[in-house]
Amino acid sequence: MNQHDVPLLQIRDISMHFGATKALEDVDFACRSHEIHAVLGENGAGKSTLMKLIAGVLQPTEGRIILDGADVKLATPRTAQDLGLVCMFQELSLVPDLTVRENLLLGAPGSGLGWLRSEALAKAQDVLSRIDGGHIKMSTRVSDLSLPSRQQVEIAKALMRAPRLLILDEATSALNASVVAKVFDLIRAERDQGTSVLFISHRFHEIEALADRISVFRNGSRVATFDQGVHSYDEIINMMVGQKIGELFPPKPPVSATGKEVLKVENFSWEGRFADVSLSVREGQIVGLGGLDGQGQGAFLMGLFGLLRRAEGRISISGKPVSVSSPKTAKQPDIALAFIPEDRKTEGLIQEQSILENLQLAALGFKDLDASDPELYTSTLDRLELKHGGLELPVSSLSGGNQQKVVLAKWLAIKPRCLLLADPTRGIDVKTKTQIYQMLRRLADEGTAILLLSTDYEELIQLCDETHIFYAGRLAASMSGDSMTAQNIIAASLNVTEERKVVHA
Amino acid sequence: MLDYIRSNRREVIAAIVLLVLLSLYLGTHPRGASTYVLTIWANQCLILGLAAIAQFFAVVVRGIDLSVGAVMALTNTLASHLLDGSAIGIGFGIVAVLAAGAACGLVNGLVVVYGRIQPIVVTLATASIFIGVALMLRPTPGGAINYDLADAVTLDVFGVPTALVLSGLLIFAFWIPFRRTGLGLGLYALGSSEQAAFQSGLDTRLIRIAAFTLAGLFGGVAGLYYSFVTTTGDAGIAANFTLNSIAAVVLGGVLLRGGVGSLVGAMAGAFILKTIASLMFFSGIPSLAQPLFEGLILAAAIAVGGADVLRARNRLEVFGR
Repeated sequence: MNQHDVPLLQIRDISMHFGATKALEDVDFACRSHEIHAVLGENGAGKSTLMKLIAGVLQPTEGRIILDGADVKLATPRTAQDLGLVCMFQELSLVPDLTVRENLLLGAPGSGLGWLRSEALAKAQDVLSRIDGGHIKMSTRVSDLSLPSRQQVEIAKALMRAPRLLILDEATSALNASVVAKVFDLIRAERDQGTSVLFISHRFHEIEALADRISVFRNGSRVATFDQGVHSYDEIINMMVGQKIGELFPPKPPVSATGKEVLKVENFSWEGRFADVSLSVREGQIVGLGGLDGQGQGAFLMGLFGLLRRAEGRISISGKPVSVSSPKTAKQPDIALAFIPEDRKTEGLIQEQSILENLQLAALGFKDLDASDPELYTSTLDRLELKHGGLELPVSSLSGGNQQKVVLAKWLAIKPRCLLLADPTRGIDVKTKTQIYQMLRRLADEGTAILLLSTDYEELIQLCDETHIFYAGRLAASMSGDSMTAQNIIAASLNVTEERKVVHA
Repeated sequence: MLDYIRSNRREVIAAIVLLVLLSLYLGTHPRGASTYVLTIWANQCLILGLAAIAQFFAVVVRGIDLSVGAVMALTNTLASHLLDGSAIGIGFGIVAVLAAGAACGLVNGLVVVYGRIQPIVVTLATASIFIGVALMLRPTPGGAINYDLADAVTLDVFGVPTALVLSGLLIFAFWIPFRRTGLGLGLYALGSSEQAAFQSGLDTRLIRIAAFTLAGLFGGVAGLYYSFVTTTGDAGIAANFTLNSIAAVVLGGVLLRGGVGSLVGAMAGAFILKTIASLMFFSGIPSLAQPLFEGLILAAAIAVGGADVLRARNRLEVFGR
């Protein structure tokens, strides 16, 4: 670091303790202006805690935060924002009942509790149109927006505050590749104007595309900081986990077409969101669902699980036609479907209840299962290595990855014949991802049929035996074996027909 | 226009229900649609309307204020001591009455925020305190209010009931501008998602205290207006107004979970509730059966407001409402 490169923000000897849990321990960290700084680490490594300290959401137990060479005390998010430290949070910070316009104005620069000033809206509108969000109407209620649109609004909201330091905590996790590219262009433009960007992501290709420097965190400490390109992925992953991970994905067993058909869906349609979807999942198979966001694949999974009224089409389980009218029917032993929803925080778990209580929710009401018996869950929890401070603690005390493990364990207790997963690894660290992949493969080997929706095409390629790509509510392509390549998946997602290859094994 | 109706569905339903009920009322009233009948009706409606506004400010931040009626009783009894005599004295008295209301609300807000106690508990306790003070001020109903002033705000202006003019002023001169301030927006943000509001850089404590202070202030305005209509002080009005203010906001489409609804809706709900009660009075239904019918109409009206849940095709959407 030369003399002209005085860091914009420095963190000195910061510690953050939550009771007995040490989220951060004596951390030093610095980021310069004109720099995109990626922060890597498993969930629970302390990245999000560090970001919350910088954003003024939390106050450090010990240590100093230095901005432009002077100590600052960030007592509230407002203080941080007034100093130009703006955070786009992983947990969305939009108010559901207010419109897009109102959300953008909320706490906007220059407006306190008095008259609202809407000059800054033009900037937000400009940002939105540059990241494919031009269709988002200012008068729409945020609760009526899709998850990707909310993230776009969130990005616009952060950028309209003219940040000096912009924190992006899994900011693009729900966005598809083409929008992500536009967001990245915007972030680079911000950097070129002098903004310092802190970027948290679990997707390596995103980090490769964007980061100038990389810091790796592990167990509440900073392990290393280096320029992008200095270390390979493998080396970085080793730094993150502190041990060698040979393979991220478990090996795929040889293709076998002999497994019994567990789930068969024919001409499934609902409300114009998806139409005429037919597919089947055999015992031992992991079948992937891909495509751009909002192409109907999410609604399709909800429909299978009985969450949509008046969905049309035929569903058979092990050859027997069934009618799934509600989640309660879906989980009965004769159907035995389990659904891991997209939003684990609000749909998968009851945050205030204890881990054990959450685990019991799926198995409740089964005659031959004693939901209160912890034995039902221990094997799954052991296999997934749930890190917790006691099963009686509220589930909100767990990090995101560990919460997802609880969701999985809760549903595996009912021994589902077919497991439906909606993007189960979104925003989850590499190690937990690997554990989940291995778990899914093992379940498949034991005869569970698995239908996996994913926004990460590496997962579709490396983990799935067969992949179906949705486009505008229909299956645009189905591929298996060698035809599952990144090029094919992206082409099918964009419905580029020239390159479309429909290959059946 | 259609978009406007769709996004303000609850208010539109409330307005239609109100118009239907009012025509029924005027149709069945022995003296018909005269200024006199309308004025009496509007005065009664505005008292409850103001109480409902007080309740609205507490409910919109995901709270509830069980002291609305008590603040009214306190300010009403205070007014019955202060609002007679010289013009300056009366002017001072009005300010004192409103300040007392706001102070009650401020106390509620401070205890809720800094004591970290649920609003329902806090206001249950403070309600008793406020009623206690009211009883000391006026152990039995009595006192006097300046008649000229009372007439000026409770009769009519060129045939239009003054209460309706005041309602209009409240909406156009207070509510619509207020909704465009950071505080107006912050109230909704806080009620809808406190975490998002905090992360957006809002001072959530200050906003919550402000909300309860506004609730107290409007409780004071309601007590003041009640004084003008009745021209006496009465410490025994609390319970009735508290319960009716809650019923009114629910009827007017303000969700008890916070973040949804408007001052206009709360007023409409109050007007509907009061009109139903007046209808009963002239309908010939035996007085003992009136609460039953009032309740049935109330339940039906709330059911209409919630009917759109039946339209939801994604079962998960039902829970979000």
